[in-house]
Amino acid sequence: MSVEARERRQPWILLSPALGAVALLLLVPLIFIVVYSFWLRAAVGPDTPGFHLDNWQRALTDPFYRYILLNTLKIAAITTVFCALLGYPAAYFITRSRGNKLILLLLLMLPFWISYIIRTMSWINILGSSGAVNTLLLSMGVISDPIRMLYNEATVILGLVHFLLPFMVLNIYVSLDGIDTNLEDAATSLGATRWQAFLQVTLPLSLPGLAAGGLLCFVLGAGTYITPLILGGPRDAMFANLVFEAIITQLNWPMGSALSLLLLLVLGALVAIYNRFLGMSQLTKGLG
Amino acid sequence: MVGNLQPCAARVLSPCPRPLGRGAIAQRGTPVSSVQLNDIVKRFGSFVAVDKTSLTIPEGAFVTLLGPSGCGKTTTLRMIAGLLDPTEGEIVIGGRRVNDVPIHKRNLGLVFQNYALFPHKTVVENVAFGLRYRKVPRDEISRRVKMALELVQLPQVGGRYPKALSGGQQQRIALARAIVIEPDVLLLDEPLSALDANLREDMRVELKRIQERIGVTTVFVTHDQSEALAMSDRIVVMSNGKVEQVGAPADVYNTPASEFVARFLGASNILDGRCLSRGAEGALLEVPVFGKVMVPSAKAPHLGGAGPAKLVIRAERLVLRDTAPDGGLMSAPATIDAVDYQGQAARYFLRAGDHSLQAINMIDERPFPAGADVHMTLRPQDCAALPG
Ligand SMILES: Nc1ncnc2c1ncn2[C@@H]1O[C@H](COP(=O)(O)OP(=O)(O)OP(=O)(O)O)[C@@H](O)[C@H]1O
Ligand SMILES: [Mg+2]
Repeated sequence: MSVEARERRQPWILLSPALGAVALLLLVPLIFIVVYSFWLRAAVGPDTPGFHLDNWQRALTDPFYRYILLNTLKIAAITTVFCALLGYPAAYFITRSRGNKLILLLLLMLPFWISYIIRTMSWINILGSSGAVNTLLLSMGVISDPIRMLYNEATVILGLVHFLLPFMVLNIYVSLDGIDTNLEDAATSLGATRWQAFLQVTLPLSLPGLAAGGLLCFVLGAGTYITPLILGGPRDAMFANLVFEAIITQLNWPMGSALSLLLLLVLGALVAIYNRFLGMSQLTKGLG
Repeated sequence: MVGNLQPCAARVLSPCPRPLGRGAIAQRGTPVSSVQLNDIVKRFGSFVAVDKTSLTIPEGAFVTLLGPSGCGKTTTLRMIAGLLDPTEGEIVIGGRRVNDVPIHKRNLGLVFQNYALFPHKTVVENVAFGLRYRKVPRDEISRRVKMALELVQLPQVGGRYPKALSGGQQQRIALARAIVIEPDVLLLDEPLSALDANLREDMRVELKRIQERIGVTTVFVTHDQSEALAMSDRIVVMSNGKVEQVGAPADVYNTPASEFVARFLGASNILDGRCLSRGAEGALLEVPVFGKVMVPSAKAPHLGGAGPAKLVIRAERLVLRDTAPDGGLMSAPATIDAVDYQGQAARYFLRAGDHSLQAINMIDERPFPAGADVHMTLRPQDCAALPG
């Protein structure tokens, strides 16, 4: 066998265990969910198999579901914008810091060592009625009663930004790190101020990283149900909470299946649009 | 390639004699583009990268900073450019102290080793970049960009992105981008070192032609001595953050001011000896191998009087012969240890007593074989003397 032929076969041999696992653990359950979404929930007894479009019709037409879907996309979008605004300067700073780059990157990864749920719950200790902020303000006499800060849309967004910011910073960092610093120097030598050089050269060249980070934050943000569960009020449910409700609380697996597939399709469409304009390779670069 | 430079250049330059030259020169008393470094020091933490360097670069000159890796060439250049602030000392460009002038107001052309072209902009957009910050009208921009591209002989690539250009073409575009703004000073940091050997020599000729054509004051950084010798009006030899010698290429080559310069430029033999006397006609040195040597004054400018001294003999001035010469020449017997055959020349590694020497000679027919006994001959005026 020629080296070339072997090199062509080798990736598939190395990939096969992972592909097998993905097929078994993701694809097969997904097929179950697709099938389930066309079943009907019976009032008593097991669900009715068959090809019924009732769940899908409800998922697509019910104004409540539509409202929650739009609200979910809105929260994910706001979160993404905040992550970008906070993450870009941080990534830029890490890229330009000379000696301690590795330490800063390590610090950025540190939150991943703690469970996401615990990190989210920590906000209760900070913002809750007997949390750190209220205790401090009370003891200083600034307020006489605890302020209610938790359980609203703002805290959901806060929790999501807290969770997703490192993904954004890492993606932008990877992009910025690949840009030759001589380019900005060249631009300033030609008469641009530092800020103009940044806008003209560094920012456009880092847009792929920003877009990749944005996509990641948006998709992860739109798919979450833990953050609104812990930090949101009753009216701050996101779409994944509906799926959770349907499947865990109401035991309505067919409806839950249809809803989860709907979310999957919406986010899938966004990824497809991204891929059409920027390509998937940038995303994998940011993750690696 | 070199042959067709002239007609093209003449065509570009015919409408006005210095289309890319600087307009402001005549209006000021001091030349706007001379560069002066006064006791410049640059420290990174406790590390001294540039140490008390003073330098005057006259207007229109092509000055090369030459030295081994890490000697502070780039650091010096970046301080002139305004990319680094000197820890101490003063930088004066055109009679004006510029220490506190930010880089974008210094009007300098900068060319990097790795070209640093903007990858997301076309060649035309790259070259036009600096003009957009100078309030140049649109049609004037396109006229000047076109002229700059013709000057670097790449008028046809304007619409391409840098990625679609070869290394040599990218470097020409980088040069065009730097000169189109009519900089007061052109700063080049090893601009040719990323190119392969043949292209490097072509670019060397062309860079020098363009510089002479527009007459811009140029500071060129390299660690390649042949580049420095071929292109410069003046060479500044640096070592460990200090200037070792400043002079015309021939002066630096023939009359090195220190052992470092002698060893760094070309192959030299350095013999430790004594200066017996220093008179008007020269310095009388006594060295091993050759005995007494009378070095002319011009070749011993740094030697004060009697005392320890060194004799510097360029390897190509040490001529090997079968037989001892008849007079006028100094000579000493030696044995050839090894021969490095280089085609039209050969490099000989010689042994004379306990001393090892090198000679590089042109070859008439075939080189002397290794192991041969020969006579090394030398004219006294081809030596240089240094304080010991
Ligand atoms: N930002 C910095 N921080 C610390 N040390 C530095 C910094 N920049 C340069 N140096 C040190 O200063 C010295 C001079 O560096 P410089 O880049 O000027 O050398 P150079 O002569 O241009 O060498 P080369 O031919 O390799 O480019 C080197 O020893 C380098 O390690
Ligand atoms: Mg350098």
